Amino acid sequence: MFDWVQNIADWIVYDLLNLNKGQHLAEALNFFIYDSAKILILLLVVILLMGMVNSYFPIDKVKNYLSRNKLYGLEYLMASLFGVVTPFCSCSSVPLFIGFVRGGIPLGVTFAFLITSPLVNEVAIGLFVGLFGLKTTIIYVVSGVLLGTISGVILQKLKLERFLTPWVKEVLANAQRDQDLFEAEKQSFSQRLPVIWAEVVKILKGIIPYVLIGIAVGGLMHGYIPEGFFEKYMDKDNLFAVPIATILAVPMYSNASGILPVVQVLVAKGIPLGTAIAFMMGVVGLSLPEAMLLKKVMAIKLIAIFFGVVTLCIIISGYLFNIIL
Amino acid sequence: MTKVIKILGTGCPKCQSMTGVVKEVVSENHIDASIEKVEDIMEIMKFNVMSTPALVVDGVITIKGRVPSKDEVLALLN
Repeated sequence: MFDWVQNIADWIVYDLLNLNKGQHLAEALNFFIYDSAKILILLLVVILLMGMVNSYFPIDKVKNYLSRNKLYGLEYLMASLFGVVTPFCSCSSVPLFIGFVRGGIPLGVTFAFLITSPLVNEVAIGLFVGLFGLKTTIIYVVSGVLLGTISGVILQKLKLERFLTPWVKEVLANAQRDQDLFEAEKQSFSQRLPVIWAEVVKILKGIIPYVLIGIAVGGLMHGYIPEGFFEKYMDKDNLFAVPIATILAVPMYSNASGILPVVQVLVAKGIPLGTAIAFMMGVVGLSLPEAMLLKKVMAIKLIAIFFGVVTLCIIISGYLFNIIL
Repeated sequence: MTKVIKILGTGCPKCQSMTGVVKEVVSENHIDASIEKVEDIMEIMKFNVMSTPALVVDGVITIKGRVPSKDEVLALLN
């Protein structure tokens, strides 16, 4: 599918720049051009598709749907699935949280959404396909959705409403399953497209530097770290590898775009995929800036429980990955 | 009549760029408008928006969750 990208990379390196085949620099450059182009194309496609889905299912519709329908337990899964198609910006997490609470949506369902939304996003999916292939991507997406669902159910069972800040409790008391008047944006597809496209360009512009640096750093590491280097320290039998990787990852704040190309090299050099994915999920899914924002609506204790449960679920899925893959 | 423009946002980069766009449009086209940035989350929630930044013109929410282009803002203000 990407043969033509390889041809272009070959042409630039061997013909245009007139570098010799087999030369270390030439091969590295070729690899960099091919990888960057392939990944950027995939990102473009995935972000565009997600943008289209999101244009028809904006967050208000999601909220109305969850608040209107009795789903007998399926609401956790639905919230988690909606999280996949909704672009997440940590600065929107507070208004979103309040909106859900006000709509009478149970706390656990809201958490399911809040967990999956950053964890499985369009940028992560695009990068995953480019770096790890389709099969691993599907496994990542499915496990991300399940992780959000299960964590949501657990958090609901813990009955955490008492740890909300007073003004949110008030919102909760006045919550009603009413429908917000939703100005049905009856726009045609051709009216929507320019808006969607503008968003795609904006997202791509924001992440391109990180992606390129990530691929470059990954490429360098590729050349200098010996094959199987990490296997000594982090093989599948090392029971501590997954928890340590996850716990190291939570305080790290980075977007998927910079970290994924590096993770891919680590996997190539012997870190088990499950351990690497657990690390990834910790970095992308949980972040301290988000925790700081959530302080406005939750007591510290609730944030700690929230992060604790999600961290635990990430560690468990890391072990599962290592067993399955 | 003076238009009352409110920009709802907790201070994220997107909210700042929306403020920038709106201010430019207003000054470039000499539009008679007051611009207020609402950063307090409780105030923001009174408008019932779930994604920021949001643009409110004369009490009506016109755009939410994204940064509009200059043309779009100009069309909304005219």
